[in-house]
Amino acid sequence: MYPQEFLYTKQHEWIRVDEEIGTIGITDYAQKELGDIVYVEVAKPGEHVAANESFGTVESVKAVSEIYSPVSGEVAAVNAKLQKNPEILNTDPHGGAWLIQVRLADRSEIEKLMTADEYEAYIQKEEST
Amino acid sequence: MRYLPNSDSDRAAMLKATGCSSVEEFFDRIPSELRLKGRLNLPGPLSEPEILEFFRQAARRSTREYVSLLGAGAYRHYVPVAVNALLSRGEFFTAYTPYQAEIAQGTLQAMFEFQTLMTQLTGMDVGNASLYDGSTATAEAVLMAIRVTRRNRVLLARTVHPEYYQVLRTFIRHQGTEVQQVPYEASGQLDLAGLESALNAETAALVVQSPNFFGTLERTAKIAEAVHRSGSLLIVTIAEPLSLALVKPPREADIVCGEAQSFGVGVAFGGPYVGFLTAKEKFLRQMPGRLVGQTVDKEGRRGFVLTLATREQHIRREKATSNICTNQSLCALAVTIYLSLLGKNGLKRLAEQNLAKAHYVARQLAAIPGVATPFGGPHFNEFVVRTPRDAGELLADLQKQKIIGGFNLERFYPELKNHLLVCVTETVSREAIERTVEAFSRAVGSDHETENAAAGVELVEAALRRPVAK
Repeated sequence: MYPQEFLYTKQHEWIRVDEEIGTIGITDYAQKELGDIVYVEVAKPGEHVAANESFGTVESVKAVSEIYSPVSGEVAAVNAKLQKNPEILNTDPHGGAWLIQVRLADRSEIEKLMTADEYEAYIQKEEST
Repeated sequence: MRYLPNSDSDRAAMLKATGCSSVEEFFDRIPSELRLKGRLNLPGPLSEPEILEFFRQAARRSTREYVSLLGAGAYRHYVPVAVNALLSRGEFFTAYTPYQAEIAQGTLQAMFEFQTLMTQLTGMDVGNASLYDGSTATAEAVLMAIRVTRRNRVLLARTVHPEYYQVLRTFIRHQGTEVQQVPYEASGQLDLAGLESALNAETAALVVQSPNFFGTLERTAKIAEAVHRSGSLLIVTIAEPLSLALVKPPREADIVCGEAQSFGVGVAFGGPYVGFLTAKEKFLRQMPGRLVGQTVDKEGRRGFVLTLATREQHIRREKATSNICTNQSLCALAVTIYLSLLGKNGLKRLAEQNLAKAHYVARQLAAIPGVATPFGGPHFNEFVVRTPRDAGELLADLQKQKIIGGFNLERFYPELKNHLLVCVTETVSREAIERTVEAFSRAVGSDHETENAAAGVELVEAALRRPVAK
């Protein structure tokens, strides 16, 4: 279910790191909790994002939720597809519906993130409480 | 509001519960220097007929016999009796949009129509379900522009209502926003060269009022070009929206907001007023306040819902788009009823009456020796008059003759000593106009007979009789 090559946050974001670029999205668990997603708003290319700080919002029919960055760095790209088709966050959260790409400022930050197995254990615990 | 009296026995029961033997003892703990000594300075009790008579006389003294040429952000227009008759219906008589909104389809429909009417007038795509008044709507528009552009510097024309400027300063006091005023030029319009040099890459928005505080129309198309070149937003605020029935709507703006009191909400001491805010659709999600949307129920019937509420403060708490906790539903409803009663052509005719009367009075006053209308820019129902006398003294003189001659501009513009802001709406009758021009002429110390006064009145009447273009 949760790709092994990703790392995960407690706020249900994932990151895939390829050399100095990290691609960030929200997890399948997050999209299910939010329900039908109608609007996505994220930081612009060139802006700086900080680890554990909000870089945008995801709006579903139920609520507007903050998205927190797993790492610090400069936004290298944003996924333009989400502006017109935010609903792909519900259908393809781990693939085509990535949110932003960040040029990592400090690689050591990713060491604090969860692996896929740790994240699955974490959400199982979340669901049982 | 309900009147909740308390009887002697109620008071005795309350005192017993607090353990005090008298009201005096109850208030003892408040230091005596902070307490009122003696009784309130109020007249004694009156019977119901006496009270009615008291207010009848007070109303006669204060308004009926007076001619008012006072505008400056609050406009006296005739309010058809149907407006208040419909407003007072029990189904509508609340200032609040219901939190469980969908049970009140009638209220939501009225708000939806208010939004639609406002966007039709302003030429924008979306409108909200009202804000408190024109000043807070303007301040909210600025906060919105700051959110959209993520810039924190704002320009404001000096010709924007000075009290709107004060309210804006209060709103942004604690968020480090820089506000700079842009001067006006000899025409009474925003100085375009001054604007160019004030704009930069940090500028979130320019706020311009049209008709502006001097009653002069601003060149919004030219202004928009300059503002958009620096990636900033143009906010047009409007205090006299009746002008929109004749003036081209400022479609080139990004946000158009203002005051809708002109439409069916009479002038009263201190209010109420009703703000509106409309914008381009791409800024929808940054709009403050409540929005009503049209939808269909599960059987396909038309219905109304509060929409985008997920961004509001009762759901998003401190991360809400705005912190508007209520709106001016009842006044917005008055606006909706008023505009529906007048219709497109009625509104246009009314605006033409205002235009014709105001321009007529402006010409008559300017014909008095020593008096001039210094600003050359086009105006709607309000304009600036320069007089050879101190404006305050002149106004006091006119007031003795039961004429409220206008607004003393020196209060906000020290450089405009001897300048009055004069407003003429449809409520100022032909007799009142004649009386005013005569009194004005005497008050500025001129024996000048107003030339061609009769011919002028005929001009006005001809303008009023002219068929309305479809």
